[in-house]
Amino acid sequence: MALDKATVARIATLARIKVPEADQERLAADLSTIVTWIEQLSEVDTTGVEPMTSVAEMTLFMREDKVTDGNRRDDILANATSPARGAFFTVPKVVE
Amino acid sequence: MGVFTDLTLSDARDGLRKRDFSARELTEAHIAAVEAIRPLNAFIVETPEQALAAAASADVRLGRGEGLPLDGLPLAIKDLFCTKGVQTTAASRILKGFKPPYESTVTENLLNAGAVMLGKTNLDEFAMGSSNMTSAFGPVENPWRRAGDNRPLVPGGSSGGSAAAVAAYAALAATATDTGGSIRQPAGFCGIVGLKPTYGRCSRWGIVAFASSLDQAGPMTRTVRDSAIMLGVMAGHDPKDSTSAPLAVPDFEAALTGDIRGLRIGIPREYRVDGMPAEIEALWKQGIDWLEQAGAKAVEISLPMTKYALPTYYIIAPAEASSNLARYDGVRFGLRVPGATLDEMYENTRAEGFGEEVKRRVLIGTYVLSAGYYDAYYIKAQQVRTLIAKDFAKAFAEVDCILTPTAPSAAFAIGEKADDPLAMYLNDVFTVPVNLAGLPGISVPAGLSSDGLPLGLQVIGKAFDEETMFRVAGVVEQAAQFTHRAQGSRP
Repeated sequence: MALDKATVARIATLARIKVPEADQERLAADLSTIVTWIEQLSEVDTTGVEPMTSVAEMTLFMREDKVTDGNRRDDILANATSPARGAFFTVPKVVE
Repeated sequence: MGVFTDLTLSDARDGLRKRDFSARELTEAHIAAVEAIRPLNAFIVETPEQALAAAASADVRLGRGEGLPLDGLPLAIKDLFCTKGVQTTAASRILKGFKPPYESTVTENLLNAGAVMLGKTNLDEFAMGSSNMTSAFGPVENPWRRAGDNRPLVPGGSSGGSAAAVAAYAALAATATDTGGSIRQPAGFCGIVGLKPTYGRCSRWGIVAFASSLDQAGPMTRTVRDSAIMLGVMAGHDPKDSTSAPLAVPDFEAALTGDIRGLRIGIPREYRVDGMPAEIEALWKQGIDWLEQAGAKAVEISLPMTKYALPTYYIIAPAEASSNLARYDGVRFGLRVPGATLDEMYENTRAEGFGEEVKRRVLIGTYVLSAGYYDAYYIKAQQVRTLIAKDFAKAFAEVDCILTPTAPSAAFAIGEKADDPLAMYLNDVFTVPVNLAGLPGISVPAGLSSDGLPLGLQVIGKAFDEETMFRVAGVVEQAAQFTHRAQGSRP
Protein backbone atom coordinates (compact mmCIF):
# COMPACT_ATOMS: atom_id res chain seq x y z
CA MET A 1 0.00 0.00 0.00
CA ALA A 2 1.30 3.44 -0.86
CA LEU A 3 1.75 5.79 2.06
CA ASP A 4 0.62 9.37 1.50
CA LYS A 5 1.98 12.56 3.02
CA ALA A 6 -0.68 12.62 5.70
CA THR A 7 0.22 9.10 6.85
CA VAL A 8 3.89 10.03 7.01
CA ALA A 9 3.03 13.08 9.08
CA ARG A 10 0.91 10.95 11.41
CA ILE A 11 3.54 8.25 12.03
CA ALA A 12 6.25 10.90 12.42
CA THR A 13 4.17 12.42 15.19
CA LEU A 14 3.67 9.00 16.79
CA ALA A 15 7.43 8.37 16.57
CA ARG A 16 8.19 11.88 17.87
CA ILE A 17 10.47 12.70 14.95
CA LYS A 18 10.07 16.10 13.35
CA VAL A 19 9.71 15.68 9.59
CA PRO A 20 9.54 19.03 7.77
CA GLU A 21 6.67 19.22 5.28
CA ALA A 22 9.17 19.60 2.45
CA ASP A 23 10.56 16.12 3.21
CA GLN A 24 7.24 14.31 3.59
CA GLU A 25 6.72 13.63 -0.12
CA ARG A 26 10.14 12.03 -0.59
CA LEU A 27 9.80 10.02 2.60
CA ALA A 28 6.33 8.83 1.58
CA ALA A 29 7.79 7.49 -1.68
CA ASP A 30 10.71 5.83 0.17
CA LEU A 31 8.54 4.17 2.77
CA SER A 32 5.94 3.11 0.18
CA THR A 33 8.61 1.16 -1.70
CA ILE A 34 9.52 -0.72 1.46
CA VAL A 35 5.94 -1.30 2.59
CA THR A 36 4.93 -2.57 -0.86
CA TRP A 37 7.87 -4.96 -0.77
CA ILE A 38 7.07 -6.35 2.69
CA GLU A 39 3.47 -6.90 1.61
CA GLN A 40 4.54 -10.01 -0.29
CA LEU A 41 4.00 -11.76 3.04
CA SER A 42 0.29 -11.70 2.29
CA GLU A 43 0.91 -14.60 -0.15
CA VAL A 44 1.80 -16.86 2.77
CA ASP A 45 -1.03 -18.90 4.25
CA THR A 46 -0.70 -18.43 7.99
CA THR A 47 -4.09 -19.78 9.01
CA GLY A 48 -3.78 -21.29 12.46
CA VAL A 49 -0.06 -20.45 12.79
CA GLU A 50 1.01 -19.15 16.20
CA PRO A 51 2.84 -15.84 16.05
CA MET A 52 6.36 -16.28 17.39
CA THR A 53 6.90 -14.24 20.53
CA SER A 54 10.15 -15.84 21.63
CA VAL A 55 12.70 -17.68 19.53
CA ALA A 56 14.27 -19.35 22.54
CA GLU A 57 12.24 -22.30 23.70
CA MET A 58 12.70 -21.77 27.37
CA THR A 59 10.79 -20.64 30.40
CA LEU A 60 11.85 -17.37 31.92
CA PHE A 61 13.69 -18.02 35.15
CA MET A 62 12.79 -16.37 38.43
CA ARG A 63 15.35 -14.37 40.31
CA GLU A 64 15.50 -14.23 44.05
CA ASP A 65 13.35 -11.33 45.20
CA LYS A 66 15.97 -9.09 46.71
CA VAL A 67 17.68 -5.78 45.99
CA THR A 68 20.94 -6.26 44.09
CA ASP A 69 21.65 -2.77 42.90
CA GLY A 70 20.74 0.82 43.65
CA ASN A 71 21.79 4.06 45.34
CA ARG A 72 23.48 5.26 42.17
CA ARG A 73 21.98 8.71 41.79
CA ASP A 74 25.18 10.39 40.71
CA ASP A 75 25.88 7.72 38.10
CA ILE A 76 22.39 8.09 36.72
CA LEU A 77 22.60 11.88 36.51
CA ALA A 78 26.16 11.90 35.20
CA ASN A 79 25.12 11.93 31.53
CA ALA A 80 22.29 14.45 31.83
CA THR A 81 22.75 17.05 29.10
CA SER A 82 19.92 19.09 30.50
CA PRO A 83 20.69 21.69 33.11
CA ALA A 84 20.19 19.19 35.95
CA ARG A 85 18.86 20.94 39.00
CA GLY A 86 20.13 19.26 42.08
CA ALA A 87 19.03 15.66 41.89
CA PHE A 88 16.57 16.05 39.01
CA PHE A 89 16.45 15.91 35.24
CA THR A 90 14.79 18.98 33.84
CA VAL A 91 12.44 19.35 30.87
CA PRO A 92 10.47 22.25 29.38
CA LYS A 93 7.51 23.27 31.52
CA VAL A 94 4.61 20.83 31.04
CA VAL A 95 2.03 22.31 33.45
CA GLU A 96 0.42 25.66 32.72
CA MET B 1 59.74 -13.76 16.70
CA GLY B 2 58.21 -12.06 13.65
CA VAL B 3 55.62 -9.33 13.87
CA PHE B 4 53.44 -9.34 17.00
CA THR B 5 50.37 -8.22 15.10
CA ASP B 6 50.64 -11.20 12.73
CA LEU B 7 49.98 -13.67 15.54
CA THR B 8 46.66 -15.40 15.90
CA LEU B 9 44.88 -14.94 19.21
CA SER B 10 45.70 -18.50 20.23
CA ASP B 11 49.40 -18.16 19.32
CA ALA B 12 49.60 -14.87 21.20
CA ARG B 13 47.96 -16.50 24.21
CA ASP B 14 50.42 -19.38 24.17
CA GLY B 15 53.40 -17.05 23.64
CA LEU B 16 52.39 -14.90 26.59
CA ARG B 17 52.03 -17.94 28.84
CA LYS B 18 55.48 -19.12 27.85
CA ARG B 19 56.76 -15.57 28.46
CA ASP B 20 58.23 -15.44 24.93
CA PHE B 21 57.12 -11.82 24.99
CA SER B 22 55.21 -9.54 27.34
CA ALA B 23 51.65 -8.29 27.21
CA ARG B 24 53.16 -4.82 27.10
CA GLU B 25 55.12 -5.57 23.92
CA LEU B 26 52.10 -7.18 22.33
CA THR B 27 49.85 -4.27 23.30
CA GLU B 28 52.31 -1.59 22.16
CA ALA B 29 52.53 -3.24 18.75
CA HIS B 30 48.75 -3.24 18.44
CA ILE B 31 48.40 0.36 19.61
CA ALA B 32 50.83 1.35 16.84
CA ALA B 33 48.81 -0.70 14.35
CA VAL B 34 45.58 1.00 15.42
CA GLU B 35 47.23 4.38 14.80
CA ALA B 36 48.57 3.24 11.45
CA ILE B 37 45.13 2.24 10.14
CA ARG B 38 43.44 5.52 11.09
CA PRO B 39 42.73 6.24 7.40
CA LEU B 40 40.29 3.28 7.45
CA ASN B 41 38.20 5.05 10.15
CA ALA B 42 37.70 1.73 11.91
CA PHE B 43 37.82 3.17 15.44
CA ILE B 44 35.61 5.87 16.93
CA VAL B 45 37.62 6.01 20.16
CA GLU B 46 41.11 4.69 20.88
CA THR B 47 41.99 3.79 24.47
CA PRO B 48 45.78 3.29 24.46
CA GLU B 49 46.35 4.34 28.08
CA GLN B 50 43.71 1.97 29.37
CA ALA B 51 45.20 -0.75 27.17
CA LEU B 52 48.71 -0.27 28.55
CA ALA B 53 47.41 -0.31 32.13
CA ALA B 54 45.53 -3.55 31.46
CA ALA B 55 48.64 -5.04 29.82
CA ALA B 56 50.73 -4.13 32.87
CA SER B 57 48.32 -5.96 35.20
CA ALA B 58 48.29 -8.92 32.83
CA ASP B 59 52.10 -9.06 32.87
CA VAL B 60 52.08 -9.23 36.66
CA ARG B 61 49.67 -12.17 36.65
CA LEU B 62 51.42 -13.92 33.77
CA GLY B 63 54.76 -13.48 35.56
CA ARG B 64 53.35 -15.33 38.55
CA GLY B 65 52.05 -18.09 36.30
CA GLU B 66 48.49 -17.06 37.13
CA GLY B 67 47.42 -15.93 33.67
CA LEU B 68 43.69 -15.61 33.00
CA PRO B 69 42.10 -17.12 29.86
CA LEU B 70 42.62 -13.98 27.70
CA ASP B 71 45.32 -12.31 29.75
CA GLY B 72 47.13 -9.56 27.88
CA LEU B 73 45.36 -10.09 24.53
CA PRO B 74 44.48 -6.82 22.73
CA LEU B 75 40.92 -6.67 21.38
CA ALA B 76 38.72 -4.12 19.65
CA ILE B 77 35.21 -3.55 21.01
CA LYS B 78 32.27 -2.61 18.80
CA ASP B 79 30.91 0.75 19.91
CA LEU B 80 27.56 -0.84 20.65
CA PHE B 81 28.84 -2.39 23.90
CA CYS B 82 28.60 -0.09 26.90
CA THR B 83 32.05 0.35 28.40
CA LYS B 84 32.35 1.99 31.78
CA GLY B 85 33.68 5.53 31.52
CA VAL B 86 34.49 5.18 27.80
CA GLN B 87 32.29 6.92 25.24
CA THR B 88 29.67 4.60 23.74
CA THR B 89 27.72 6.02 20.82
CA ALA B 90 26.26 3.23 18.64
CA ALA B 91 27.70 5.51 15.92
CA SER B 92 24.79 7.87 16.44
CA ARG B 93 24.86 11.58 16.92
CA ILE B 94 22.16 11.16 19.56
CA LEU B 95 24.66 9.43 21.88
CA LYS B 96 27.75 11.53 21.18
CA GLY B 97 29.64 12.00 24.44
CA PHE B 98 27.67 9.35 26.35
CA LYS B 99 29.88 7.64 28.90
CA PRO B 100 28.13 4.65 30.45
CA PRO B 101 28.46 4.34 34.21
CA TYR B 102 28.43 0.56 33.80
CA GLU B 103 30.04 -2.21 31.75
CA SER B 104 28.15 -4.58 29.41
CA THR B 105 28.19 -8.21 30.57
CA VAL B 106 30.06 -9.43 27.48
CA THR B 107 32.84 -6.85 27.79
CA GLU B 108 32.98 -7.41 31.53
CA ASN B 109 33.46 -11.14 30.89
CA LEU B 110 36.32 -10.29 28.51
CA LEU B 111 37.95 -7.79 30.88
CA ASN B 112 37.61 -10.20 33.80
CA ALA B 113 39.45 -12.75 31.66
CA GLY B 114 42.35 -10.29 31.32
CA ALA B 115 41.64 -8.95 27.81
CA VAL B 116 43.09 -5.58 26.79
CA MET B 117 40.70 -3.10 25.13
CA LEU B 118 42.31 -1.11 22.31
CA GLY B 119 39.29 1.06 21.58
CA LYS B 120 35.74 1.23 20.30
CA THR B 121 35.02 0.38 16.68
CA ASN B 122 32.84 2.12 14.14
CA LEU B 123 29.56 0.63 12.92
CA ASP B 124 26.37 1.47 11.07
CA GLU B 125 24.26 3.78 13.21
CA PHE B 126 22.50 1.65 15.85
CA ALA B 127 23.79 -1.36 13.88
CA MET B 128 21.28 -0.63 11.10
CA GLY B 129 23.06 -1.25 7.84
CA SER B 130 25.16 -3.59 5.75
CA SER B 131 27.88 -1.21 4.60
CA ASN B 132 28.96 0.93 7.57
CA MET B 133 27.88 3.94 5.52
CA THR B 134 25.19 5.03 7.97
CA SER B 135 27.63 5.86 10.81
CA ALA B 136 27.46 9.41 12.14
CA PHE B 137 31.26 9.18 12.36
CA GLY B 138 31.71 8.52 8.64
CA PRO B 139 32.12 5.30 6.67
CA VAL B 140 34.77 2.66 7.35
CA GLU B 141 37.01 1.52 4.52
CA ASN B 142 37.63 -2.14 3.85
CA PRO B 143 41.38 -2.89 3.98
CA TRP B 144 40.87 -4.91 0.78
CA ARG B 145 40.87 -3.43 -2.73
CA ARG B 146 39.76 -4.97 -6.01
CA ALA B 147 42.70 -6.06 -8.13
CA GLY B 148 43.78 -3.12 -10.29
CA ASP B 149 41.15 -0.78 -8.84
CA ASN B 150 41.95 1.61 -6.04
CA ARG B 151 38.39 2.66 -5.20
CA PRO B 152 37.66 2.27 -1.48
CA LEU B 153 35.25 -0.57 -0.69
CA VAL B 154 32.82 -1.02 2.19
CA PRO B 155 33.79 -3.47 4.94
CA GLY B 156 30.16 -4.59 5.20
CA GLY B 157 28.05 -3.89 8.21
CA SER B 158 27.00 -3.25 10.70
CA SER B 159 30.19 -4.44 12.44
CA GLY B 160 32.39 -2.84 9.76
CA GLY B 161 34.92 -1.25 12.11
CA SER B 162 35.47 -4.50 14.01
CA ALA B 163 35.88 -6.43 10.75
CA ALA B 164 38.31 -3.88 9.28
CA ALA B 165 40.39 -3.75 12.49
CA VAL B 166 40.80 -7.53 12.58
CA ALA B 167 41.38 -7.88 8.82
CA ALA B 168 44.00 -5.11 8.97
CA TYR B 169 45.85 -6.88 11.83
CA ALA B 170 45.23 -4.02 14.27
CA ALA B 171 43.48 -6.26 16.82
CA LEU B 172 43.78 -9.98 17.54
CA ALA B 173 39.99 -10.20 17.66
CA ALA B 174 36.96 -7.96 18.10
CA THR B 175 33.51 -8.09 19.59
CA ALA B 176 30.57 -7.53 17.29
CA THR B 177 26.81 -7.98 17.20
CA ASP B 178 24.53 -9.59 14.65
CA THR B 179 20.82 -8.83 14.22
CA GLY B 180 20.45 -9.89 10.58
CA GLY B 181 23.99 -10.62 9.45
CA SER B 182 26.02 -7.81 11.01
CA ILE B 183 28.85 -10.15 12.05
CA ARG B 184 28.86 -12.71 9.26
CA GLN B 185 28.45 -10.41 6.23
CA PRO B 186 31.33 -8.03 7.19
CA ALA B 187 33.47 -11.07 8.09
CA GLY B 188 32.78 -12.38 4.58
CA PHE B 189 33.60 -9.00 2.99
CA CYS B 190 36.87 -8.65 4.95
CA GLY B 191 38.16 -12.23 4.70
CA ILE B 192 37.91 -13.13 8.40
CA VAL B 193 35.87 -15.43 10.64
CA GLY B 194 32.63 -14.07 12.10
CA LEU B 195 30.34 -15.96 14.45
CA LYS B 196 26.78 -15.30 15.54
CA PRO B 197 25.99 -17.64 18.43
CA THR B 198 22.61 -19.16 19.25
CA TYR B 199 20.14 -16.57 20.53
CA GLY B 200 20.58 -16.60 24.30
CA ARG B 201 24.19 -17.84 24.32
CA CYS B 202 25.60 -14.39 25.17
CA SER B 203 24.03 -11.83 27.45
CA ARG B 204 22.59 -8.76 25.75
CA TRP B 205 22.84 -6.70 28.94
CA GLY B 206 24.63 -3.42 28.31
CA ILE B 207 24.55 -3.74 24.52
CA VAL B 208 22.71 -0.86 22.88
CA ALA B 209 19.48 -2.57 21.78
CA PHE B 210 18.37 -2.64 18.15
CA ALA B 211 15.91 -5.57 17.83
CA SER B 212 15.87 -7.49 21.08
CA SER B 213 14.47 -10.78 19.76
CA LEU B 214 17.24 -10.97 17.12
CA ASP B 215 20.35 -9.26 18.56
CA GLN B 216 23.26 -11.49 19.59
CA ALA B 217 26.87 -10.68 20.39
CA GLY B 218 29.69 -12.70 18.87
CA PRO B 219 33.39 -12.54 17.99
CA MET B 220 35.28 -11.56 14.82
CA THR B 221 38.64 -13.29 14.52
CA ARG B 222 41.15 -14.47 11.93
CA THR B 223 40.78 -18.18 12.71
CA VAL B 224 38.05 -20.59 13.76
CA ARG B 225 40.06 -21.57 16.85
CA ASP B 226 40.25 -17.92 17.91
CA SER B 227 36.49 -17.67 17.46
CA ALA B 228 35.99 -20.66 19.77
CA ILE B 229 38.30 -19.15 22.39
CA MET B 230 36.52 -15.79 22.29
CA LEU B 231 33.02 -17.27 22.46
CA GLY B 232 34.01 -19.38 25.47
CA VAL B 233 34.72 -16.19 27.40
CA MET B 234 31.91 -14.00 26.02
CA ALA B 235 29.12 -16.55 26.55
CA GLY B 236 27.31 -17.58 29.68
CA HIS B 237 24.15 -17.11 31.66
CA ASP B 238 23.54 -13.65 33.06
CA PRO B 239 20.82 -12.95 35.62
CA LYS B 240 20.60 -9.43 34.15
CA ASP B 241 19.31 -10.74 30.79
CA SER B 242 16.23 -12.89 31.14
CA THR B 243 16.74 -14.24 27.59
CA SER B 244 20.25 -15.48 28.29
CA ALA B 245 20.21 -19.26 28.49
CA PRO B 246 20.87 -20.87 31.86
CA LEU B 247 23.25 -23.39 30.28
CA ALA B 248 26.86 -24.26 31.01
CA VAL B 249 29.38 -23.00 28.43
CA PRO B 250 31.07 -25.94 26.67
CA ASP B 251 34.78 -26.04 25.87
CA PHE B 252 34.38 -24.83 22.28
CA GLU B 253 38.09 -25.09 21.50
CA ALA B 254 38.00 -28.79 22.35
CA ALA B 255 35.28 -29.27 19.73
CA LEU B 256 37.79 -28.56 16.94
CA THR B 257 38.75 -32.15 16.36
CA GLY B 258 38.81 -31.94 12.57
CA ASP B 259 36.73 -35.12 12.46
CA ILE B 260 33.45 -34.68 10.60
CA ARG B 261 33.14 -38.24 9.33
CA GLY B 262 29.52 -39.28 9.14
CA LEU B 263 28.08 -35.80 9.66
CA ARG B 264 25.19 -34.82 7.40
CA ILE B 265 25.46 -31.38 5.84
CA GLY B 266 22.29 -29.74 4.53
CA ILE B 267 22.45 -27.81 1.26
CA PRO B 268 19.34 -25.64 0.97
CA ARG B 269 17.92 -25.65 -2.53
CA GLU B 270 16.29 -22.22 -2.07
CA TYR B 271 19.64 -20.48 -1.48
CA ARG B 272 20.42 -20.53 -5.21
CA VAL B 273 19.05 -17.03 -5.65
CA ASP B 274 18.60 -15.17 -8.91
CA GLY B 275 21.51 -13.01 -9.90
CA MET B 276 24.01 -14.68 -7.60
CA PRO B 277 27.43 -14.58 -9.30
CA ALA B 278 28.58 -17.92 -10.74
CA GLU B 279 31.80 -17.71 -8.74
CA ILE B 280 29.87 -17.73 -5.47
CA GLU B 281 27.88 -20.74 -6.64
CA ALA B 282 31.20 -22.40 -7.58
CA LEU B 283 32.72 -21.63 -4.19
CA TRP B 284 29.70 -23.14 -2.49
CA LYS B 285 30.11 -26.30 -4.60
CA GLN B 286 33.78 -26.34 -3.63
CA GLY B 287 32.81 -26.14 0.04
CA ILE B 288 30.48 -29.12 -0.37
CA ASP B 289 33.33 -31.09 -1.99
CA TRP B 290 35.71 -30.22 0.86
CA LEU B 291 33.26 -31.50 3.45
CA GLU B 292 32.54 -34.67 1.48
CA GLN B 293 36.26 -35.34 1.08
CA ALA B 294 36.53 -35.09 4.87
CA GLY B 295 33.91 -37.79 5.27
CA ALA B 296 30.68 -35.82 5.66
CA LYS B 297 27.63 -36.43 3.54
CA ALA B 298 25.91 -33.57 1.68
CA VAL B 299 22.12 -33.75 1.69
CA GLU B 300 19.85 -31.48 -0.30
CA ILE B 301 17.28 -29.85 1.97
CA SER B 302 14.41 -27.46 1.42
CA LEU B 303 13.76 -24.26 3.36
CA PRO B 304 10.66 -23.14 1.44
CA MET B 305 10.07 -19.94 3.46
CA THR B 306 13.51 -18.51 2.57
CA LYS B 307 12.17 -15.87 0.18
CA TYR B 308 9.96 -14.44 2.93
CA ALA B 309 12.74 -14.07 5.49
CA LEU B 310 13.85 -10.58 4.42
CA PRO B 311 10.37 -9.00 4.36
CA THR B 312 9.62 -10.69 7.70
CA TYR B 313 12.84 -9.27 9.12
CA TYR B 314 12.03 -5.79 7.80
CA ILE B 315 8.81 -5.80 9.77
CA ILE B 316 10.04 -7.36 13.01
CA ALA B 317 13.39 -5.58 13.32
CA PRO B 318 12.05 -2.04 12.69
CA ALA B 319 9.06 -2.71 14.97
CA GLU B 320 11.36 -3.67 17.82
CA ALA B 321 13.73 -0.83 16.99
CA SER B 322 10.95 1.75 17.07
CA SER B 323 10.17 0.61 20.59
CA ASN B 324 13.79 0.27 21.77
CA LEU B 325 14.80 3.65 20.38
CA ALA B 326 11.97 5.44 22.17
CA ARG B 327 14.38 5.92 25.06
CA TYR B 328 16.39 8.51 23.10
CA ASP B 329 14.28 11.50 24.01
CA GLY B 330 16.84 14.07 25.10
CA VAL B 331 15.77 13.90 28.74
CA ARG B 332 18.28 11.79 30.61
CA PHE B 333 21.37 11.40 28.41
CA GLY B 334 22.69 12.10 24.95
CA LEU B 335 21.73 14.92 22.66
CA ARG B 336 19.04 17.45 23.58
CA VAL B 337 17.71 19.93 21.07
CA PRO B 338 15.51 22.54 22.75
CA GLY B 339 11.84 23.01 21.88
CA ALA B 340 9.05 25.21 23.14
CA THR B 341 7.17 22.23 24.58
CA LEU B 342 8.21 18.82 25.82
CA ASP B 343 6.88 17.13 22.65
CA GLU B 344 8.72 19.62 20.47
CA MET B 345 11.92 18.92 22.38
CA TYR B 346 11.49 15.19 21.73
CA GLU B 347 10.76 15.76 18.05
CA ASN B 348 13.65 18.15 17.50
CA THR B 349 16.10 15.98 19.41
CA ARG B 350 15.19 12.85 17.46
CA ALA B 351 15.10 14.65 14.10
CA GLU B 352 18.61 15.97 14.62
CA GLY B 353 20.02 13.00 16.52
CA PHE B 354 19.01 10.15 14.21
CA GLY B 355 20.38 9.62 10.70
CA GLU B 356 18.29 8.86 7.61
CA GLU B 357 18.32 5.05 7.79
CA VAL B 358 17.48 5.02 11.50
CA LYS B 359 14.58 7.42 10.94
CA ARG B 360 13.35 5.31 8.05
CA ARG B 361 13.34 2.18 10.21
CA VAL B 362 11.76 3.83 13.24
CA LEU B 363 9.00 5.20 10.99
CA ILE B 364 8.41 1.81 9.33
CA GLY B 365 8.35 0.19 12.77
CA THR B 366 5.90 2.76 14.06
CA TYR B 367 3.71 2.21 11.01
CA VAL B 368 3.55 -1.60 11.26
CA LEU B 369 2.73 -1.36 14.97
CA SER B 370 0.12 1.38 14.61
CA ALA B 371 -3.60 0.84 15.12
CA GLY B 372 -5.20 -0.82 12.12
CA TYR B 373 -1.93 -2.23 10.73
CA TYR B 374 -0.65 -4.27 13.65
CA ASP B 375 -2.39 -7.51 12.64
CA ALA B 376 -1.78 -7.15 8.91
CA TYR B 377 1.96 -6.53 9.28
CA TYR B 378 3.38 -7.28 12.68
CA ILE B 379 1.34 -10.36 13.67
CA LYS B 380 1.60 -11.66 10.12
CA ALA B 381 5.41 -11.35 10.28
CA GLN B 382 5.52 -13.15 13.61
CA GLN B 383 3.48 -15.98 12.09
CA VAL B 384 5.80 -16.26 9.10
CA ARG B 385 8.71 -16.23 11.53
CA THR B 386 7.22 -19.32 13.15
CA LEU B 387 7.10 -20.99 9.74
CA ILE B 388 10.72 -20.03 9.01
CA ALA B 389 11.84 -21.56 12.31
CA LYS B 390 9.81 -24.69 11.49
CA ASP B 391 11.62 -25.00 8.14
CA PHE B 392 14.92 -25.16 9.98
CA ALA B 393 13.61 -27.52 12.67
CA LYS B 394 12.45 -29.91 9.96
CA ALA B 395 15.79 -29.70 8.15
CA PHE B 396 17.74 -30.26 11.35
CA ALA B 397 15.83 -33.47 11.97
CA GLU B 398 17.82 -34.82 9.02
CA VAL B 399 21.12 -32.93 9.08
CA ASP B 400 23.76 -31.80 11.58
CA CYS B 401 24.77 -28.52 9.94
CA ILE B 402 23.84 -26.43 6.90
CA LEU B 403 26.33 -24.95 4.42
CA THR B 404 25.53 -21.77 2.43
CA PRO B 405 27.35 -18.80 0.97
CA THR B 406 27.63 -15.92 3.48
CA ALA B 407 26.48 -13.16 1.13
CA PRO B 408 25.33 -12.97 -2.49
CA SER B 409 28.25 -10.69 -3.48
CA ALA B 410 31.74 -9.60 -2.51
CA ALA B 411 32.39 -6.16 -0.99
CA PHE B 412 31.08 -3.24 -3.05
CA ALA B 413 32.40 0.29 -3.41
CA ILE B 414 31.61 3.01 -0.88
CA GLY B 415 28.58 4.87 -2.22
CA GLU B 416 27.20 1.97 -4.30
CA LYS B 417 23.65 0.88 -3.40
CA ALA B 418 23.39 3.91 -1.11
CA ASP B 419 20.26 5.26 -2.79
CA ASP B 420 18.35 2.01 -2.83
CA PRO B 421 17.49 0.62 0.60
CA LEU B 422 16.03 -2.57 -0.88
CA ALA B 423 19.23 -3.40 -2.81
CA MET B 424 21.14 -2.88 0.43
CA TYR B 425 18.78 -5.15 2.39
CA LEU B 426 19.45 -8.01 -0.08
CA ASN B 427 22.99 -8.34 1.27
CA ASP B 428 21.55 -10.23 4.19
CA VAL B 429 19.47 -12.76 2.26
CA PHE B 430 21.50 -15.75 3.55
CA THR B 431 22.09 -14.49 7.08
CA VAL B 432 18.72 -13.07 8.15
CA PRO B 433 16.86 -16.43 8.27
CA VAL B 434 19.39 -17.64 10.86
CA ASN B 435 18.57 -14.74 13.20
CA LEU B 436 14.84 -15.23 12.72
CA ALA B 437 15.25 -18.88 13.78
CA GLY B 438 17.66 -18.01 16.63
CA LEU B 439 20.34 -20.38 15.34
CA PRO B 440 24.15 -20.11 15.39
CA GLY B 441 25.98 -19.29 12.16
CA ILE B 442 29.63 -18.75 11.31
CA SER B 443 31.26 -17.24 8.24
CA VAL B 444 34.64 -18.64 7.20
CA PRO B 445 36.79 -17.07 4.46
CA ALA B 446 36.90 -19.66 1.69
CA GLY B 447 38.20 -18.08 -1.49
CA LEU B 448 38.67 -14.99 -3.63
CA SER B 449 36.42 -13.48 -6.28
CA SER B 450 37.78 -12.99 -9.80
CA ASP B 451 38.68 -9.42 -8.87
CA GLY B 452 40.60 -10.51 -5.81
CA LEU B 453 38.10 -9.99 -2.98
CA PRO B 454 37.38 -12.44 -0.17
CA LEU B 455 34.26 -14.60 -0.22
CA GLY B 456 32.86 -16.48 2.76
CA LEU B 457 30.95 -19.66 3.37
CA GLN B 458 28.45 -19.87 6.20
CA VAL B 459 27.96 -22.91 8.43
CA ILE B 460 24.65 -22.93 10.30
CA GLY B 461 24.27 -25.12 13.38
CA LYS B 462 21.48 -26.41 15.59
CA ALA B 463 20.44 -24.24 18.52
CA PHE B 464 23.07 -24.48 21.29
CA ASP B 465 25.19 -26.83 19.22
CA GLU B 466 27.97 -24.41 18.32
CA GLU B 467 30.39 -27.28 18.87
CA THR B 468 29.38 -29.24 15.76
CA MET B 469 29.23 -25.98 13.82
CA PHE B 470 32.80 -25.11 14.92
CA ARG B 471 33.97 -28.59 13.97
CA VAL B 472 32.59 -28.22 10.43
CA ALA B 473 33.84 -24.62 10.14
CA GLY B 474 37.30 -25.82 11.17
CA VAL B 475 37.31 -28.32 8.31
CA VAL B 476 36.23 -25.63 5.81
CA GLU B 477 39.05 -23.41 7.08
CA GLN B 478 41.59 -26.20 6.87
CA ALA B 479 40.57 -27.10 3.32
CA ALA B 480 40.37 -23.50 2.09
CA GLN B 481 43.85 -22.55 3.33
CA PHE B 482 42.87 -18.90 3.03
CA THR B 483 46.20 -17.15 3.53
CA HIS B 484 45.51 -14.06 1.41
CA ARG B 485 45.90 -10.71 3.11
CA ALA B 486 44.29 -7.39 2.47
CA GLN B 487 46.54 -4.97 0.64
CA GLY B 488 45.86 -2.42 3.36
CA SER B 489 46.84 -4.75 6.19
CA ARG B 490 50.50 -3.75 6.20
CA PRO B 491 50.21 -0.02 6.58
